Amino acid sequence: MSDPLTLDIKDLRLSFQNWSGTTEILHGIDLKVAPGERVALVGESGSGKSVTSRIVLGTMQDVRTARVSGQVLFEGTDLSARTSADRRALRGRDISMIFQDPTSALNPVFRIGELFQEVLKRRDLKVTKAEARERAAKILNEVSIDDTDRVLNSYSFQLSGGMNQRVMIAMALINEPRLLLADEPGTALDVTVQAQTLALMRDLVDQQGTSVLFISHNLGVVREFADRIYVIYRGRIVEHGATKALFDAPRHPYTCALLSAIPRLTGGGVPDIEERSPDFDAPFIDHAELR
Amino acid sequence: MSIFTRFLGRLGASLIVLIGVSMLIFFIARIIPGDPARIALGPRATEAQVEQMRETLNLNEPIIVQYSLFVGDLMRGDLGISLYSNRPVMTDLVEYLPATLELVLLAGLMMVMLGLPLGAISARHCGQWPDNLVRVISLLAVSAPAFVWAVGLVLVFAYFTPLFPITGRISDTLDVERLTGFMLIDTLAAGRFDAFASALHHLILPAFALALSGIGQAARLTRSNMIATYEQPAIEMAQAYGFSEARIARRYAFKPSLIPSLTIIGLDFAALLGNAFLVEVIFAWPGLSRYGVGVILQKDLNAIVGTVLIISATFLVTNLIVDFLVSILNPRIRYSESSR
Amino acid sequence: MKRAAYILLSNPLSVIGLLLVGAVFVCATFADFIAPHPEHAGAVINFAFANTPPSAEYLLGTDVVGRDILTRIIYAYQVALGMGLVVLLIAPPIGVAFGLIAGYIGGWTDFVLMRISDIFLSIPPLVLALAIMGLLEPTLFNAMLAITAMWWPWYTRLVYNITRGEKVEGYVLAAEVIGASNAHIMFREILPNCVPAIVTKMTLDFGFVILIASSLSFLGLGVQAPTPDLGSMVSEGTRYLPDSWWMTVFPGLAIVVAVFGFNLVGDVLRDVLEPD
Repeated sequence: MSDPLTLDIKDLRLSFQNWSGTTEILHGIDLKVAPGERVALVGESGSGKSVTSRIVLGTMQDVRTARVSGQVLFEGTDLSARTSADRRALRGRDISMIFQDPTSALNPVFRIGELFQEVLKRRDLKVTKAEARERAAKILNEVSIDDTDRVLNSYSFQLSGGMNQRVMIAMALINEPRLLLADEPGTALDVTVQAQTLALMRDLVDQQGTSVLFISHNLGVVREFADRIYVIYRGRIVEHGATKALFDAPRHPYTCALLSAIPRLTGGGVPDIEERSPDFDAPFIDHAELR
Repeated sequence: MSIFTRFLGRLGASLIVLIGVSMLIFFIARIIPGDPARIALGPRATEAQVEQMRETLNLNEPIIVQYSLFVGDLMRGDLGISLYSNRPVMTDLVEYLPATLELVLLAGLMMVMLGLPLGAISARHCGQWPDNLVRVISLLAVSAPAFVWAVGLVLVFAYFTPLFPITGRISDTLDVERLTGFMLIDTLAAGRFDAFASALHHLILPAFALALSGIGQAARLTRSNMIATYEQPAIEMAQAYGFSEARIARRYAFKPSLIPSLTIIGLDFAALLGNAFLVEVIFAWPGLSRYGVGVILQKDLNAIVGTVLIISATFLVTNLIVDFLVSILNPRIRYSESSR
Repeated sequence: MKRAAYILLSNPLSVIGLLLVGAVFVCATFADFIAPHPEHAGAVINFAFANTPPSAEYLLGTDVVGRDILTRIIYAYQVALGMGLVVLLIAPPIGVAFGLIAGYIGGWTDFVLMRISDIFLSIPPLVLALAIMGLLEPTLFNAMLAITAMWWPWYTRLVYNITRGEKVEGYVLAAEVIGASNAHIMFREILPNCVPAIVTKMTLDFGFVILIASSLSFLGLGVQAPTPDLGSMVSEGTRYLPDSWWMTVFPGLAIVVAVFGFNLVGDVLRDVLEPD
């Protein structure tokens, strides 16, 4: 294989051990992300989508009560077979992440400029303050921030949520990672700001050719962004397909329920999704083979 | 609100509290059973002598008048005469305060230099053996009163293994001219390094005895603050960007948790000032606390009021300084409502 | 409750703590039966055995007048625990009431009450107690009074902060809409939410009351002879250091044992009662 998949997850299982025994979280997930592709993983909170991103990131493996099995191949090499230090070496350079609430994720005791320098040091230890500022200013311009000096000299709590979100996108992409994990980006923001920042993020990953694993509970947000969608329910993938195919003809009962939960401008209210339904346990539906 | 206006606000609040303290301690001293004049003169004095003393001390005036006279004197730096030493209380305080401050400040330094790192180590290895060890030791440290630590340290490090002197501030054979009353400063000012070494040698054991429970307290506090910080998204972000654990602990978890820790350590300074009473007795340390115990046992009203006032004032000043440091450390305060 | 018991018993530290506290309580309650020489609790002189090092007859040695130190420690626990109980029966209710009123009513009441508690808090605790003791006669009752006077503001602070947070919660607003009285809202709606924090603090404070009380008597300003007291035993013993070390070391350890026990239990209790 000359051009391996950026991310190839095979039969991924996760359980937590506590005093009452073992709790299974993931029951064998398969998921693929090709180079330059934007893939979404959609499900409710507690479905296992966030822990999946933490496993790809390699931090979940360091939690002492967590048991991870299965394969996570990043560009052809198995992450679970590597040491925790090796996994850390990938983070911030080859794999990067965007968090749900940008304002609390950006450390409040450091200026944005200092944070950028820290991140740049992950690629180049000798980066000077001036170089760091220059590169940070350049990428901030690409996410439509013009007064870069003010932003770089600010602390996160001095900026608006939308501004912090853009800072975070720029920070995640400044080292040109090959895989970007986006965990509910902008969910803490209001809808129009979220849409704007997602458009900026889309442009930037297009330009850099970054693969994206986009994690969300909202199919509506994902529709504009993703090439392909995996729907996850209670630790299992229940439906998978190209975005258009999935939206045009959702077949799994759970996907249908999620789709009907997207608020519409025409009104009519949001129908409730049942907590649990036997229908949702229906077998996996795959719309098409990859590529 | 800039740091400066914030500081002025705190200063004003501290002054109000200090006035409150002076009222509280003054009224307690006046409402106690027994006649202060009689106490001052002792049981053998005649009625006429007592009556004359009452006049001198203004005890026949209404209490409000007495208090305003007291405040008037206080403004001129006059706290009355001590029955214990027969000297102006102010003179006594000026003489004894530096020795206590020297002790308390070194103990405070030990508390920060040892307590914070121990707490940080504990938090970083939460649930593992270094954590359990630090937790048990720090809990033991806060569980013993300062005089028990003092006795234990004297026994082990002065009697059984004579590493440190048992009592005093400096070796008897050395004589250094008093400038500030701070032995470390005075010896350096005189250029006497042998005397400086001796003073430091005398200071270490009492300061450590005084600091121990504070070290425990600071370690416990830093641990819980740092664990709380570790649960914040900013730390997860640092991990997601692959920063090393040591770097995350130092820069991302320790610094933010320093802010609440320092504030409470400032409040713990009160405990140091109080516990100095216990430690000075054991080490025969010629400081304010030993003077305080003396005047309390003698029911020397003027001196008691003066001692409590000066200790509270010291405490309030320390907290002003800590508050100032914290606002420098915490950009949220530094920049609150400045830009946006 | 079951969960609390499970956590307390599954943690080795809290089991040690419970054992220590239990032992101290048993000693205090059954002192007459446990103490090897009950008659030594009072003003007894036993010069024949003065200054005896620890031996089979006197496990922890004897003091300068020949009284058994173990016996005196056991009886001192009785005094110390009694003191802790009294202080913690008086100080928290006063402090809690002030904190609730200041926090819920707000405005000038808040300002005045909290400044009063600030004044008490800005005199180092031991110094305030010492000053009060100095002005009064050194008796057990006055020692309790002095310690109570320095203790209540801490509960005011604690409850005030919780009340300020709870005041804007939905259930309080709901009660206000129904027209419930201030007293009802403070004591029936908000107070139950403060209970876990208060109980945790009281457990920890039990140890600290013992510690402060022993500090007062160490300086000669607490319980007076011949009543056995750990602080005065240490203070008396320091005059005979280092030769008669047992006179200071064992009473000192006795203080540590009791306070450490309460701290261990309080620490684990905090994890159980205030999870976050």
